[in-house]
Amino acid sequence: MNILKFTNVSMNYHTKRQETQALDNLSFHVERGEFCAMIGPSGCGKSTILSLAAGLLAPTAGKIERDGTSVGYMLQRDELFPWRTIEKNILLPLEIKKKNDKVARARALYLAEKYGLKDFLKSYPDQLSGGMRQRAALIRTLALSPDLLLLDEPFSALDYQTRLAVCDDVYRIIKSEEKTALLITHDIGEAISVADRIFVLSARPAHLKAEHKVGFESTTPPLKRRECEGFSKWFEILWKELNA
Amino acid sequence: MKKTISAAHAEFLKREKKRTVTIHLSRCFLLLFLLALWEVAAALNWVNPFITSSPSRIVKTIFSLSTGGNLLYHAGVTLLETLIGFFLSTLLGFLFALLLWWNPTARKITEPYIVVLNALPKIALGPLLIIWCGTGQKAILTMTVLVCIVIATMNLLGGFLSTDEGKILLLRSMGASKANILFKLVLPSSLSAFLSMLKINVGMAWIGSVMGEYIVSKAGLGYLIVYGGQVFKLDLVMSAIALLCLMATAMYAAIAALEKLLITNAGEK
Repeated sequence: MNILKFTNVSMNYHTKRQETQALDNLSFHVERGEFCAMIGPSGCGKSTILSLAAGLLAPTAGKIERDGTSVGYMLQRDELFPWRTIEKNILLPLEIKKKNDKVARARALYLAEKYGLKDFLKSYPDQLSGGMRQRAALIRTLALSPDLLLLDEPFSALDYQTRLAVCDDVYRIIKSEEKTALLITHDIGEAISVADRIFVLSARPAHLKAEHKVGFESTTPPLKRRECEGFSKWFEILWKELNA
Repeated sequence: MKKTISAAHAEFLKREKKRTVTIHLSRCFLLLFLLALWEVAAALNWVNPFITSSPSRIVKTIFSLSTGGNLLYHAGVTLLETLIGFFLSTLLGFLFALLLWWNPTARKITEPYIVVLNALPKIALGPLLIIWCGTGQKAILTMTVLVCIVIATMNLLGGFLSTDEGKILLLRSMGASKANILFKLVLPSSLSAFLSMLKINVGMAWIGSVMGEYIVSKAGLGYLIVYGGQVFKLDLVMSAIALLCLMATAMYAAIAALEKLLITNAGEK
């Protein structure tokens, strides 16, 4: 069952100097429970796709269907508000959606405790490590129980060591909460290590160049997948496709 | 909580402390030295005390005029004008900045006007103010607000507009309204811009009120300065300036204290 479906979506940007075609006839879908990754050359319009999927932009042409409207967005930087404690940061979406009742709060804080943020709830973001901050950002995204998670290169601002660990961490949490996710990244290895399916985009204007079912067990965490036999094979295939 | 520190660190702390003490002592010494030099120069007639006055004459003047009653009255008048002008211009500047942030078209439309108003020396409006507002405190307050408001608006608007785009996108993805974005993000993240605007505005408000008094007033320290200059009572001029120094510094220190309070409350680090 599709949770998100793009059908022949095109998107043009207008600036005073020019009109830019970001997407050209893009079609793809994400099924409920899947973890999909989207890779493409930098500047190909990946973030535009997420903005469209989140409903922040309207497409110039084509159709976008979302089954169940709630979407959680996770960005490159954690974007935690430095003047709020971690607890207040996690509860921010509830305040915005005016769902700040006891049940919702308890649920969000339960998630925070379950995933090891209990001791940090009263801390301010700059007292946390980069990995912990990104985890707090994920819990904030999950606070509204979204059906679909949109991940916009959420690990790219972290150093390599932290990045592998946080990727594992986020994957584990998303899987154990049984969420659907669409990750965009320019990191081929990252895409292979988390995704059930990978979409390869062309350079701008982006269209779908290829789609692969990677076929690792979804119980295999990202770090383990990097050691699997198929990993380097997939890496080679995707690398060639991106550079063709 | 007791912490053990190494000998090297203790040595470092000691040196730092010594340095701080030296700096503070030197500051006091410099002030005393300048005052003494001034006093001696006037007493020995190196300079003509009739035009330079001297610290002891200033103290004497302040003392005799404040027991006579009207120096404190004049200081009070100026202080009140400055405070009212400061709060009024801060409030209006905040409202304008808010409006211009909310409505980008209004921002574009008013941009050249704000540039011109900012560049215009407000003192040039003096004669107009006398005719429009009369020669009372209304004119002085108008002058104070005019001097302050453009800079207050521009500073605050700059703060509002420098809000992190990523955080705005995040809030929008949660379905936030513009009011949500304003109250949850733009205002709290503009706190430091607001505080630096207050600091600038304190200085501007004093400029405005004294300038206003130069043009129209019948009371206030600005009036005393003009009057003292006209009748060649330099003791009076210097006393009024000394009082202005004290009050302006006190007001700045109050804002700095407020800043410290708010910043430590915002994040106990």
